[in-house]
Amino acid sequence: MTTRITVDPITRIEGHLRIDVEVDNGKVTKAWSSGQMWRGIEKILIGRDPREAWMYTQRFCGVCTTVHAITSVRAVENALQMEIPVNAQLVRNIIQTAHAVQDHIVHFYHLSAVDWVDVVSALKADPKATSKLAESLSDWHMNSEHEMRAVQERLQTFVNSGQLGPFASGFWGHPAMKLPPEVNLLAVAHYLQALDIQNHANKIVAILGGKSPHIQNVAVGGISNSISHEAPSVLNIERLMLVKGFIDKLEPFVKSAYLTDVPAIGAFYLDWTKLGGGVMNYLSVPDCPQDTKGTKFDMVGGYIENGDLASYKPITNFNDSYFRDGVAESSKHSWYEGDKALHPFKGETNPQYTDFQDEGKYSWVKAPTFYGKRAEVGPLANVLVSVAAGNERYTNYLNQAIGVIKTVSGASEIPMSALHSTIGRHAARAVRCAVLIDVLKDQWTKLVENIASGDTDTFNAPVFPKGEIEGFGFHEAPRGALSHWVVINDGKIKNYQAVVPSTWNAGPRDANDEPGPYEASLMDNPVADPENPLEVLRTVHSFDPCIACAIHMVDTEQKEIVKVKAL
Amino acid sequence: MTEDYSIYGNGEILVIGMGNVLMQDEGVGVRAIEELESRFIITSSPGGVDIMDGGTTGTELLEPMRGVKHLIVADAINTGAPAGTIVRIADDQVPAFFQTKLSNHQLGLSDLLALMTLSGDAPEHVTIIGMVPHHLENKLGLSDEANAGLSKMVTMLVSELAGLGVKFAKREECLPCYWAEQAKLEAAGSCA
Repeated sequence: MTTRITVDPITRIEGHLRIDVEVDNGKVTKAWSSGQMWRGIEKILIGRDPREAWMYTQRFCGVCTTVHAITSVRAVENALQMEIPVNAQLVRNIIQTAHAVQDHIVHFYHLSAVDWVDVVSALKADPKATSKLAESLSDWHMNSEHEMRAVQERLQTFVNSGQLGPFASGFWGHPAMKLPPEVNLLAVAHYLQALDIQNHANKIVAILGGKSPHIQNVAVGGISNSISHEAPSVLNIERLMLVKGFIDKLEPFVKSAYLTDVPAIGAFYLDWTKLGGGVMNYLSVPDCPQDTKGTKFDMVGGYIENGDLASYKPITNFNDSYFRDGVAESSKHSWYEGDKALHPFKGETNPQYTDFQDEGKYSWVKAPTFYGKRAEVGPLANVLVSVAAGNERYTNYLNQAIGVIKTVSGASEIPMSALHSTIGRHAARAVRCAVLIDVLKDQWTKLVENIASGDTDTFNAPVFPKGEIEGFGFHEAPRGALSHWVVINDGKIKNYQAVVPSTWNAGPRDANDEPGPYEASLMDNPVADPENPLEVLRTVHSFDPCIACAIHMVDTEQKEIVKVKAL
Repeated sequence: MTEDYSIYGNGEILVIGMGNVLMQDEGVGVRAIEELESRFIITSSPGGVDIMDGGTTGTELLEPMRGVKHLIVADAINTGAPAGTIVRIADDQVPAFFQTKLSNHQLGLSDLLALMTLSGDAPEHVTIIGMVPHHLENKLGLSDEANAGLSKMVTMLVSELAGLGVKFAKREECLPCYWAEQAKLEAAGSCA
């Protein structure tokens, strides 16, 4: 029997993402990913001053504020072919890297762990055994029996209160939940600790960004912070030491707890290292520029086809023509006019709504391609591209994670192919997060050294020419390669397109009817209980979905989430 | 050194305006606190007041909300009531109102509050001053109805704070409101 399942979470974070699957004999045979909200937010920028575009773009989304601010100024600076002071590059790098660390921690512990962790089962755990298990796997200092017992008591009180909040719609007791009670308790303990830890990353963003949420220090041409050795109101050594203090607090949690928890949980779900692989083409952009022109980067970027690391082609600078010329977006299956793939500089967003047509148009999200192929973006792409480029940090942390999976599962071999999977995406995110801590420390050290050398420049004033210019900026954001594309005429914005990571991943079928990454990754996923399609959520959530349009309204009306129909 | 550092005011009262200013009435909460700060100056308060533009963010609000005694939120709110209705929900009504069965991947205000209950940091009192939105197009300007209700929202915020012992003075000259100014430019057809 074939069943059609529609999951329409109507959430704020996911910005109205709807997933439809057809299930035959307990497995997904067809999948559709549909953005349920008109995404023409860029149109608001037309006619505006390019120097202020970042103030708007950081309001595109409530999760990705900082990344849209930084990418926007990069696009305008690229149009002007500006040089940016090294101090400004480094301060931006610290802000964006701290933001990414926060985002990855929250995604795993607070947004997706409940797909794998049975919170209620944690009440049955033995705190002593939990502590022993945790201490055998890592040297994280908050794994004591006392800590586990305290967490369990707190959880019991919370469950007794009946106000389950973030856990209210969890899939407790679902047959796909496999963790022993002790691992569930360990995960809940780190869930609570992570709530505190992630604040340290936010504080770094706030100290350098001047305000949180919504940073204030970005400017086309650099940053608006001035650097001084004396004045207290500016960026001085005291503030930089505060930043260092927060980095030092993030490091042990990320490297000892996060990078252990993901593979330890993954070890109980080894079947999910064989499920959820997507389109197998991966795109990642270089980031953390080190020079004024954006030609040297601390994090590499590039493209891999068919999951083959040997096919790696690098993306090397902010003017990279290989990246610039490869991106196009198709509307054949999206609710916009036209079915030809268009380059973002020529992008159009004229709506043509048709209702949901399985074989026709069914999404407000367009389908991006890289040289005509679908590509997955995000931490998995970032890790594969970096390993392909020979980056030792990535390789070392990846081996550390694989070591934990082997220890906990007893498996003698975990092949590289296990990364192309639902669990692989979570593991890649944890590996990347550990690398980001090291990158964060590097950026901090370089900033302090550069200031000590006597360089206090933070800003070059932009000058807009008469006539038309165009530029693009990119950033390897927490959810993957983000690019902004701007056409400026006589100093005013003429066209603006943001090709966001979740567009790459959540896009519908393209001009050649090829499925997007979400759609491809759902094929063959098991579905044990159509009324509770936890397995579908697991795979989609592994991408860290966030459709950047962020309607966020408080909604007290009850909505149906899952619809099941026998075909 | 990091222990005693606070980037937030950490007063006893926190007022957060929430919403997306790029989507008309969705951003009415942000516009309300912008207006509040523009027109009034706080002359005295028992334990300190912080006013914050929360936008559409989530976890970034955990730290500023931690340990606050009174949390007051201005927001667009969908209660099923007719558009333009202004509602006040407080304390016990709040959890009941938010007991929805949405995805657990939505870290909205309700989830933040529940998380804080679990970690023992929840505000003692929570009040929401909300408006049911009329229009949610991709533009800055509020609908006429929301614009008309904005003053009432500000008045309700002021009386809410006054009830907690906060004293105000009217500013002789209003501070500029960034988003209100931008919306005016938009309406005049000469963006930014």
